[in-house]
Amino acid sequence: MKILLVDDSRTMRNIQKKILGDISGAEFAEAGDGVEALAQFAGQKFDLALVDWNMPNMDGLTMVTRLRQSDKTTPLIMCTTEAEKARVIEAIKAGVNNYVVKPFTPESLTEKVKLTLSKAAA
Amino acid sequence: MEATIEQPKSTINVKLIVPFINSVRSVFSKMLNTTATVERPAVKSVPVPQYDVSAIIGFSGEIAGSVVVSFPKATAIKVVAAFAGMEVDPDGPDFADAIGELTNMIAGGAKKDLGVSAGITCPSVILGSGHVIARLRDVPCLAIPCNSALGAFCIEVSIKQVPATA
Repeated sequence: MKILLVDDSRTMRNIQKKILGDISGAEFAEAGDGVEALAQFAGQKFDLALVDWNMPNMDGLTMVTRLRQSDKTTPLIMCTTEAEKARVIEAIKAGVNNYVVKPFTPESLTEKVKLTLSKAAA
Repeated sequence: MEATIEQPKSTINVKLIVPFINSVRSVFSKMLNTTATVERPAVKSVPVPQYDVSAIIGFSGEIAGSVVVSFPKATAIKVVAAFAGMEVDPDGPDFADAIGELTNMIAGGAKKDLGVSAGITCPSVILGSGHVIARLRDVPCLAIPCNSALGAFCIEVSIKQVPATA
């Protein structure tokens, strides 16, 4: 299972890798902003992507909007400090499948990822 | 009637401060698996942060100003190790990255509880003692001393509500 971690903080990507490393067969790719993420999507298929909202060069919402023009199916989880209800609705309208607010516990992140993957497989 | 802390020429609305206290507690509990406690806040008049590792995030929109989270270097090293799950070289880029991301979470959590429409900047991290933070001139700054098992640190909140324009 290939998971793309999109976050401008390398520390956050490492934390996510450590937590999600327990998922059987998980392999990780990383992107530091939306531009890098779209370049990765152009060359390969992912089973899941975690996407931060606030990033330099291209933010996560723009990245999701652009990706959804050509890829309607890859499960996307917005993982961000943006916690207001209006933001969550905005992200869902753009095409994310689920939403994780930072800070998160390892259990809550794992649960959201598993739930999103099982819904996508159904 | 809203509680306020008096300062010459201006006042600080306590309602703007409590969300930062709640947010730092939440971030320390969820991401560092430890407890942060808060001591009595005090108005701060000098622009030099309390300690020598500081991260600053700016707010714009229905609130304006900034929050600074400031750590002694020894505390910052322990905080980053707990956050990243490993020792991180304090002279390397990952150290500033980790401090910035923690501060980003504190600011983001507070923004939600403030219930305002506002944008936050990407964090800037400053290393070294005696650095000066330039803040909005008309906004007072409240220093909130914090403690944790990883050491003491301080949050400096300097924000104001921006009146809605017609």
